Amino acid sequence: MSVNNEFKPKIVAFCCNWCSYAGADLAGSSRLSYPADVKIIRVPCSCRVNPMFILRAFEKGADGVIICGCHPGDCHYSTGNYYARRRMTMLFSMLDYIGVEKGRTRVEWVSAAEGVKFSETMNDFVAKIRDLGENVRLGDLRCKN
Amino acid sequence: MQRIGVFVCHCGSNIAATVDVKKVVEVIAAEPGVVHAEDYQYMCSEAGQEKIAIAVKEKKLTGIVVCSCSPRMHEATFRKAAERAGINPYMVEIANIREHVSWIHKDITEATEKAVILARAAVAKVNLNTPLTPGESRVTKRALVIGGGIAGIQTALDIADAGYEVDIVEKTPSIGGRMSQIDKTFPTLDCSACILTPKMVEAAAHEKITIYTYSEVEKVSGFVGDFTVDIRKKARYVDADKCTGCGACQEKCPSKKTPSEFNRALNTRTAIYTPFAQAIPNVPVIDTEACIKFKTGKCGLCQKICAAGAVDYTQKDEIVTEKYGAIVVATGFDTISLDKYDEYAYNQSPDVITSLELERVMNAAGPTHGHLERLSDGKAPKEIVFIQCVGSRCSDDRGKPYCSKICCMYTAKHAMLIRDKYPDVNVTVFYIDVRTPGKNFDEFYRRAVEQYGVNYVKGQVGKVIPQPNGKLLVQGSDLLDNKQILKEADMVVLATAIEPNKDVRKIATMLTASIDTNNFLTEAHAKLRPVESPTAGIFLSGVVQGPKDIPETVSQAGAAAVKVVGLLAKDKLLTNPCTAKADELLCNGCSSCANVCPYGAISYEDTLVNDHGIRETRRIAIVNSALCQGCGACTVACPSGAMDLQGFSNRQILSEVDAICR
Amino acid sequence: MQELITRAKELLANGTVARVLGWKIGDMPYNPEPAFFETVESLDKFVYNGFCGANLSKYMIEASKLEGKTLVCLKPCDSYSFNQLLTEHRVDRDKAYIIGVGCKGKLDIERIKKTGIKGVIAIGGAEMTDACDTLAIDTIYGEKSCSYNDGMLERCHVCKGKEHKIYDELIGESRDTCDKERFAEVERIEAMSPAEKFEFFKAELSKCIRCNACRNVCPACSCRKCVFDSTKFDSAQKANVDSFEEKMFHIIRAFHVAGRCTDCGECSRVCPQGIPLHLFNRKFIKDINEIYGEYVAGAEAGSRAPLVSFTTEDAEPSIVNERGSK
Repeated sequence: MSVNNEFKPKIVAFCCNWCSYAGADLAGSSRLSYPADVKIIRVPCSCRVNPMFILRAFEKGADGVIICGCHPGDCHYSTGNYYARRRMTMLFSMLDYIGVEKGRTRVEWVSAAEGVKFSETMNDFVAKIRDLGENVRLGDLRCKN
Repeated sequence: MQRIGVFVCHCGSNIAATVDVKKVVEVIAAEPGVVHAEDYQYMCSEAGQEKIAIAVKEKKLTGIVVCSCSPRMHEATFRKAAERAGINPYMVEIANIREHVSWIHKDITEATEKAVILARAAVAKVNLNTPLTPGESRVTKRALVIGGGIAGIQTALDIADAGYEVDIVEKTPSIGGRMSQIDKTFPTLDCSACILTPKMVEAAAHEKITIYTYSEVEKVSGFVGDFTVDIRKKARYVDADKCTGCGACQEKCPSKKTPSEFNRALNTRTAIYTPFAQAIPNVPVIDTEACIKFKTGKCGLCQKICAAGAVDYTQKDEIVTEKYGAIVVATGFDTISLDKYDEYAYNQSPDVITSLELERVMNAAGPTHGHLERLSDGKAPKEIVFIQCVGSRCSDDRGKPYCSKICCMYTAKHAMLIRDKYPDVNVTVFYIDVRTPGKNFDEFYRRAVEQYGVNYVKGQVGKVIPQPNGKLLVQGSDLLDNKQILKEADMVVLATAIEPNKDVRKIATMLTASIDTNNFLTEAHAKLRPVESPTAGIFLSGVVQGPKDIPETVSQAGAAAVKVVGLLAKDKLLTNPCTAKADELLCNGCSSCANVCPYGAISYEDTLVNDHGIRETRRIAIVNSALCQGCGACTVACPSGAMDLQGFSNRQILSEVDAICR
Repeated sequence: MQELITRAKELLANGTVARVLGWKIGDMPYNPEPAFFETVESLDKFVYNGFCGANLSKYMIEASKLEGKTLVCLKPCDSYSFNQLLTEHRVDRDKAYIIGVGCKGKLDIERIKKTGIKGVIAIGGAEMTDACDTLAIDTIYGEKSCSYNDGMLERCHVCKGKEHKIYDELIGESRDTCDKERFAEVERIEAMSPAEKFEFFKAELSKCIRCNACRNVCPACSCRKCVFDSTKFDSAQKANVDSFEEKMFHIIRAFHVAGRCTDCGECSRVCPQGIPLHLFNRKFIKDINEIYGEYVAGAEAGSRAPLVSFTTEDAEPSIVNERGSK
């Protein structure tokens, strides 16, 4: 048991099956480590990520949510990530508007060949979330018990 | 509630060394719905799969979670195992505890905790899985090969020989590709044209092969087994049916100043031209940018001279639409631009050339008719310096991070050929490493050194300085003797890095095929599926997948052909059952889903519904499951939640979120 | 109003329309209610005045299923909603006979009360024919007055314009009542620190009683069944779902109508707790305009909403980090 009292953030990463999940696999097979705080959910495409999923994660206590997809122009489904890009831009802006710190949400385009980028992105994201500390706001917005 | 069995794989020590698999079994066994949990050395082995079958039978399992390697690796394996055991294959979920856990985390406690959480998420998902049945789609028994170089030709020949129709689309006026520009091939020193030309002729003559030269793929739609492709046949302005290939037009053409693409701009060609003598088809094209008739309206000499009446200035581009079951990308390579490499004086001196240019210089049909001479003054060189790794294995953004693989061998070939034909010429090769893995390759290199006296210097060249006397001062270092070298050379040859053809990104986008940061197409699996793209129905042949020499290209071309034939041999394909589906009681008929569907798979029908006793006709979204590829864009566009994705439903994903954030 | 009633009676009598969708007198002088009138006689109860803020376009969803045409009275801003519903195939243009009714800004009893006026018995000056700029209010405490402008709904101070975007005929004059900066309040919030923003919305949203009035009145919230009422986003842990819904209701609702909301302001008008719900929708409108270019939902039937559209050059989501507050 690690006697480590440092803040362990809960981080959900939605990864598209074709690029980013494969990128995460490559990070794995290349032994490029990143913190265990990151848990990946496989979705077919970044456009499958419903804002409901992200809000739900925050409400359940996630400290950060990251969505990874194919680079714009390289979507396995041609255009899925373009829709994801608009949706996430809008959602993140709304979260910022209601006072959820900007650093808690992120979209990153990671190709199947970018194991290094996947690992670097996750290391960086986790570091930022650790700096921000625990997310208390979204779970508390309606302040009703 | 499902009856779920969880199977935790050790993967030898790959997982078990970092994840306490026994602990995972112990914790997960207490999850709701889990009625069985066990661990095993190798779940993917026959014995491992047997364990699943036994548990299914004894514990009456309805769902399976395998905690193992990536689903991209063995999801299909375990789905098949489930099916054999009598469970719907889509009742299987994989928790990726190898690539996403054991291989990246070191702390056993931490890794075990994460493995448990991922297993829980998979259990939560399986709890909501429903049996799915794949549909069927037809297979068009015809293949398209994009690119008519040796890779494309070989793939097409192999597919055609197996009895299937193949079309080759080649951008330039002739098939043949890079290999047709090469003079001799290593390690046998065969004449490249002598071994390539028969293949070109065979392809052209093959009754199953149709060749579209001077043509480009313009649009691709559809999916594996059923692609629809628009091919633009650019206007040649020469009627291929009438042209006899006599060449009179090219002799008479007064516009002679266009740099020859085939000879790497070392000499010029006419406006109406065939790229090289053995071109297939032997039908010229008119370059409208160079043609006087097209530029000024005057001239028309070629039309006058053509006895066959084949020249037709009114010809227009033509779009051919064809259906294909499979598409092979064989778009090949080019050498990188040397604009960022000022130190080698490539743009300053005509006597600094690339290796591909040297191929043309050495070739009898090249600009110097095969005589080794300086392009500046035509003099015979006495001192030649070869520089290796120009732009390859490069850590900055001027070049490429990878090894171009072919340079060591062709440089040995060039050096050997020069020393053989011109024994009075001194040849020096500056290299970082000499890489010669391959059958008879190292023997070949050693011959260059030992038999032909080629001077190999381990070290890099810092600068090439053109001298007033016309010579080139080469400043380099000898790392073995630890000294600086200054050498006056008559010619410098740069082993320039190769990169995928510039058009490949555009083509990859059309095909929705993955591409890496260096513009090589990504293979479905780096080791086990090297000739397939992750996009079903798309195959890779030749350098488009990664640097390779001719024998490797030909082997890979054959491998791609076999994969294509394996696909075309099927009459029906099973389609992915993870498609979108609209709940007719919730659908508003608002068209948001159809607006975002990349496949036009959603239409609307006025449907009589019975909504809890209210019978009315409503505009309802209908998903064509044969067209739907399961991206899920529609599910988020749908405000009412009527549209959901089977296999990745809203509830399934939310349950994973909940399990992770618990 | 009389011209409108006369014309409605005429169209009902000659069979052009089977019913009239308008407003009828309510139990208080300031709360006329949306109503269907099926006979000429019933039209005696028809009313159209400054308190007829209700947007009738949403009622056309059900009216489109009925036999015959429905005469519907749409104010200029309501016509945007109708167009948006038309774009989404929720209403049938052929089933609607649209009379574009004049509007000089609609009144908000809550605003009038905020000026200190209580115990309202009757209000004069709210009629559409009245050119008067002052409301004469009879209260149990005696005669009071309030300027028409001060009594107007928030949305009318940021009026989209006096033009009807769709109609069969027009009756009455309209006035552009815009006298405030539409995005000023959104900008004020954007400039706050995350903690201030959070406190602001927490204070507002904690008032919510989940009565669903905002959802029920919203012409963009036209789903046959709301996701919050279906099991589609449910998960195994049912007990927790309710709290999720409660906490996220307004954000998700705003997201669902993003790019489709015409900023008709009905949500804020009907909220019994006075939560400025339009501030969510207007934030999305502002973002869409700034990031993807000006878009007015419902200005044109058939236009493609920004969230079901894209360009390959769209901004990256990180743009959110580069703009607004820290």
